[in-house]
Amino acid sequence: MNRSDTQFERIAYPVGFGLLVLLLWEISVRVFGISPALLPAPSAIGAAIAGSVPILWGDWVQTVIKGAMNGLWMGGIAGVALALVIDRFAFLKQGLMPVANFFAALPIVGLAPIMVMWFGFDWHSKAAVVAIMVFFPMLVNTLGGLAATDSMQRDLMRTYSAGHIATLLKLRIPAALPFVFNGLKIATSLALIGAIVAEYFGSPIRGMGFRITTEMGRLATDMVWAEIFISALTGTALYGLVALIEKRVTFWHPSQRG
Amino acid sequence: MTDLTTSEAERPAMQKPVIDVSGVDLTFQTNDGPIHALKDVNLEINKGDFVSFIGPSGCGKTTLLRCIAGLETPTGGTLTVNGLSPNEARKARSYGYVFQAAGLYPWRTIGGNVKLPLEIMGFSKEEQIRRVRKVLELVDLEGFEKKYPWQLSGGMQQRASIARALAFDADILLMDEPFGALDEIVRDHLNEQVLKLWARTEKTIAFVTHSIPEAVYLSTKIVVMSPRPGRITDIIESPLPKERPLDIRDSAEFIEIAHRVRDGLRAGHEG
Amino acid sequence: MKLRQSAFPILTVIAALLVVWYGATIKMNSTWTYDQAARAGTEPSFSEVVSDTMQQSRPLLPAPHQVVSELWKTTVEKKITSKRSLVYQGIITLKTTLWGFTLGIFIGVSLAAIIVLSRVGRLSLMPWAIISQTIPIVALAPMIVILSNAAGAGTLLVPKAIIAAYLSFFPVMVSMVKGLSSPDHMQLDLLRTYGARPNAVFWKLRVPASMPYFFASLKVSVAAAFVGAVVGELSTSAIAGLGARMLIGSQFGEPMIMWAALFAAAILAGLLIFTVGGVEKILRRAMGGRAV
Repeated sequence: MNRSDTQFERIAYPVGFGLLVLLLWEISVRVFGISPALLPAPSAIGAAIAGSVPILWGDWVQTVIKGAMNGLWMGGIAGVALALVIDRFAFLKQGLMPVANFFAALPIVGLAPIMVMWFGFDWHSKAAVVAIMVFFPMLVNTLGGLAATDSMQRDLMRTYSAGHIATLLKLRIPAALPFVFNGLKIATSLALIGAIVAEYFGSPIRGMGFRITTEMGRLATDMVWAEIFISALTGTALYGLVALIEKRVTFWHPSQRG
Repeated sequence: MTDLTTSEAERPAMQKPVIDVSGVDLTFQTNDGPIHALKDVNLEINKGDFVSFIGPSGCGKTTLLRCIAGLETPTGGTLTVNGLSPNEARKARSYGYVFQAAGLYPWRTIGGNVKLPLEIMGFSKEEQIRRVRKVLELVDLEGFEKKYPWQLSGGMQQRASIARALAFDADILLMDEPFGALDEIVRDHLNEQVLKLWARTEKTIAFVTHSIPEAVYLSTKIVVMSPRPGRITDIIESPLPKERPLDIRDSAEFIEIAHRVRDGLRAGHEG
Repeated sequence: MKLRQSAFPILTVIAALLVVWYGATIKMNSTWTYDQAARAGTEPSFSEVVSDTMQQSRPLLPAPHQVVSELWKTTVEKKITSKRSLVYQGIITLKTTLWGFTLGIFIGVSLAAIIVLSRVGRLSLMPWAIISQTIPIVALAPMIVILSNAAGAGTLLVPKAIIAAYLSFFPVMVSMVKGLSSPDHMQLDLLRTYGARPNAVFWKLRVPASMPYFFASLKVSVAAAFVGAVVGELSTSAIAGLGARMLIGSQFGEPMIMWAALFAAAILAGLLIFTVGGVEKILRRAMGGRAV
């Protein structure tokens, strides 16, 4: 129990566990003769992915690049920018923090049908849903991060007679970065959820959410699973990308030094 | 850098104090009623003095230091620094402040941390580089410029924070129990270095401590304080020479001053 | 105490939001008003436009008081048994949430126990638990419906509760892993000097030490379960529940239904978080513990 994990173990165990699950899945589908309309075997899903790369690529661009990514940068920048503005005014901060915290806990995804009504079927409505979903966690985390400096660090800046901007740039923004990345990690997961759900309320004839609903109707479950696999891969890759950038940017933070 | 032998002997008699504290009161309003953190504090600190504040916790020694730095505002009395109010003196960049913890920014290298006040105060790039090199040399940290704080020992971090306070060449150095968290051997070493630094730079130093040997070893003037309300109970001028090797602590003179400080602390405790 | 101090700023912010909302109502709905007027060949005055934007039956953005009156109509004035009553629909969503929450706590605590007690378990499960949260659950939702139907679940409650649990187990698991591993070496060594077996160490030390962490995770977890319940309703074409009302409003082009359901969801979420927070406080006080 006191042995520390080697790099090999840290990769081998989860990969092994994943392969084991896939293997059991494949075997039980074959042994019990489960209908492919109900649950296709991993090999069948793999074949579906290999056989429909252009369709999957088109769906991916529509949902991830146009919907999720556009919403992510809009909502993210808006959240961080508003946090920087609010931070200047104690009164606003006191009033907005609880409200924003409450909004961050709400099922904002319910706005999806309204956004589709406002912005139409194409990616604009998806980006709008994503932007609003992402906005609150980014706002709340950035505000929390800006408040994360201790009094000694702030006193130090006061002994230099540093102004608001200097204190912000030299102390509070760097100290807030780990929190901002935390918000960004939450945001990437929300972005995909928002972009896909919004497609259930209307979309052009491409997109991952659109494909899932239509293939579902045709009982082409292998295509549904293909989309699930792509979306899972995208979600994990996005998270991994954010974590990687975080490691590079906040290398100094105790949680990153390992 | 001026020659220290002349400055030691020829201090003008009618010199105006650098820090002049007279009748300072500070009362904090809390939910349990008012707390008298400082009551009727009078003190003069001259240029080139090394003044220690000693006393039990709650005696207001740190609060007094923060008042001098303009981090707290007294509720009564007057406090001037170089003839200015503490806030004005702070804007004139008169203070280098060293806190109990090094408080280096983990996202900056040692060099970057020392450079921080210089960036804020708008020194030129070349001047920044020159000064960083100079003060790091002063605290014996040459070659550690590119390291990050967490890669250094506690004592080295604290030395870096002293370098940071020295970088912009303020004439007053305020040190709030800077070595309180370090072990005794490291502390001895740093005390020696601070004395050397003081001799070389001729700064006025105000130093908060709760260690009697540290106070006696370092100071030209020892201010004994006591709590409830926080006040000064004794001011002891040290007759020790400016040149102080570590073994001066075994001399009869040293032990006598230490006794006086201890008596002062005890009297304040009983009173 | 703290709430009383910030009550004024909070109310100010809410008031400001309402003003912005009314402004947006006028701006967004006036296009339709002008179109109607142009068709009728009339030239409406500004006050006529304003009053019209506040009372359209299918507004782009309903005014706040319209939403409030729709909420009133569909909660207080409707019988609870009516399918149009938001109380009826809210109870369905609430049921899903609570089932999902319970299931989520169970899964979260079990996984945490495995992760803390077994090295192999930790190495194999922890990365997948994190990955699970980066997978958009909405993509999986339709499959969950099919599979739970095939497994013999008669209603949509099961798949919806599974989706809610999928989102709510994670905060519990993370907190419990932290909590169960919170005893330090000294405390563990003390029990070892008593010759305690691993079983006793777990129940006498790890579990009690983890309780504050457990309580702290509940509020986040119940909020996640509620979001999961609504997401579940939205993505499984449910016919009952607040999410289903949003779907119906969208299909029939009835914005008032969508907005009322949306606000009912917000109110219900607030009540849930408030209640769980209260229970958490009472339990914590009863156990004499302090906050993490």
